Amino acid sequence: MIGEHLPIIVILTYCLAALLMPVAGLLHRKAPSILALIAGGGALVFSLMTLWKTLTEGAFSYSVGAWPPPVGIELIADPLSAFFLVVITLISTLVLFHAHFSDGAESGQQSISYYACVMLMLGGFSGIIGTADLFNLFVFLELSALAGYGLLGTGSGRAAHSAFRYLILGTVGASFYLFGLGFLYAETGSLNMGDLALILDATGMQTTARIAFVFIIIGISLKMALLPLHQWLPDVYTDAPAMSTALVAPIGTKVAVYALIRLMYDVFPSGPGDWAFPVHSILAFAGAAGIIWGSVMAIPQTNLKRMLAYSSVAQIGYIALGIGLATPFGYIGAVLHVFNHAIMKACLFLFSARLEKTGLGIRIDKLTPATRLRLPVSTACFVLAAISMIGLPPTAGFFSKWYLILGSYESGNWFYVVIILASSLLNAVYFFRIIERVYLGDTDEGSPKPVRVRLTRRNLALVTLALSILVAGLFNVWIVKSLIEPMVPAF
Amino acid sequence: MIELIESYYAYWMCFLLLTVGLYGMLFKENLLKKVIGLSIFQASIILFFIIVAFKDGSTVPIYDASFSERGPLGYINPLPHALMLTAIVVGVATVGVALALLLRIHKAFGTIDESTLWKDLRK
Repeated sequence: MIGEHLPIIVILTYCLAALLMPVAGLLHRKAPSILALIAGGGALVFSLMTLWKTLTEGAFSYSVGAWPPPVGIELIADPLSAFFLVVITLISTLVLFHAHFSDGAESGQQSISYYACVMLMLGGFSGIIGTADLFNLFVFLELSALAGYGLLGTGSGRAAHSAFRYLILGTVGASFYLFGLGFLYAETGSLNMGDLALILDATGMQTTARIAFVFIIIGISLKMALLPLHQWLPDVYTDAPAMSTALVAPIGTKVAVYALIRLMYDVFPSGPGDWAFPVHSILAFAGAAGIIWGSVMAIPQTNLKRMLAYSSVAQIGYIALGIGLATPFGYIGAVLHVFNHAIMKACLFLFSARLEKTGLGIRIDKLTPATRLRLPVSTACFVLAAISMIGLPPTAGFFSKWYLILGSYESGNWFYVVIILASSLLNAVYFFRIIERVYLGDTDEGSPKPVRVRLTRRNLALVTLALSILVAGLFNVWIVKSLIEPMVPAF
Repeated sequence: MIELIESYYAYWMCFLLLTVGLYGMLFKENLLKKVIGLSIFQASIILFFIIVAFKDGSTVPIYDASFSERGPLGYINPLPHALMLTAIVVGVATVGVALALLLRIHKAFGTIDESTLWKDLRK
């Protein structure tokens, strides 16, 4: 009954919550964040139901307004989209949970518009994941991006300036995507993904379709901050309010990754004869360059958020590398890393949010054992996430890197194996710098009394995220076997 | 070569407009001029879709007995127009958000000139 409507229900849940936000704001000061939490939880339940249905009954599609595709807009739920949907809704709900209990202290009006933007952004994200129509994807891309500019631009003037630069670059990216779409439509006369795949398969990749592909991929790469197009990311993540960064950073670039996977493997033909140039190798190389560049740039940073932002550039590199390898293990590694990195980054950025909220500051040289004594649980969670970022077993980060190394080995690219291992060392350099400060630094000059270690509602979300890093690591075989393997295309 | 320019002149004009917009967005120091560049850039893409939809000697896609003998060739493709209506709305919203952010920048720094702003930000 509800089952067949699931793909659209997730999107509508967020959009309805965004509409109801002003009403909620009239009722009570805290009502918007409660409403956001309810909508997030509801969307999580619906996306889990979608995942369950795709795994038990196979992929299904939904025709909006009962217009059958390719004329009408189609929404699809297959293992790939359902998995990404669960990642997005899960992480965002945990971050919203954290935001609710850590006392946002925003005034009523501000929190109405803030949470309305959050809901619109998440609605856009789930729309990108749900849709099977390329123009619809553009609309959702811009919907989520516009709400995101609002979220990232609140607070200081510095944040507004970074968000403005992000807006300029993000619009260039989205417009490039739209421009490519124009070429593609002129060539094929269709916008439906499944229909396009059939047409392109029959006609082969003509010059127009190749131009379209290049514009579309450049546009999406800009949105996902792949190396030469990553310039907007560090500034935006550093200057934005901590809670916005914690919300956008783990999932914002991941939806672009989803669009990239969908287009490269499901829409455009991926045979070697279809291309005049090695698309996959270029993507893998850009990813590898991003890994090294992001990791090296993270080392000298003095601002914790900026360091984490550069590490995000590196992690996107891992994912792009996995997609570009075009082997089953590389694909599994990329998708698993999307999940793992979303958990880890949410955990790391929530720690920086706690630091900002408690007034300890986010400068790395201000981190001392006093930080650990003030925030024992949060620091422990941060360290666990940091260890996972470095990639020590049995944390989740180890396993996605393991699959990426297997994928590189499988395709005979020893160069990438070296890159991945070297980047783990670089990760260790910049994370151990902090771990050392927090655990082994000098404890003199009247350090505060240790706070009793307690599990409060305030750090419940952080602890859940930190524990799920371990759980995702220990159950990685189950995740790969039952969730990711059904979506791996034939290579 | 002349033929290539002549038969596709609408496309060339559209690409020229695209370049003008891109230039404004990337190289203008004044942030408001960047927004203007952004508008031009988006307009050029909208025009591109409209040019794609155009067919010589055809009319608006409203059924009319006097045009019906040409069949589908008698009408221009309505879908790109419908898509561009949405794209125009998206573009307006983008410019709106950009202007709102500009107001915040001006309030905080008292300027919207990029080079002066960077001096303030480096402090």
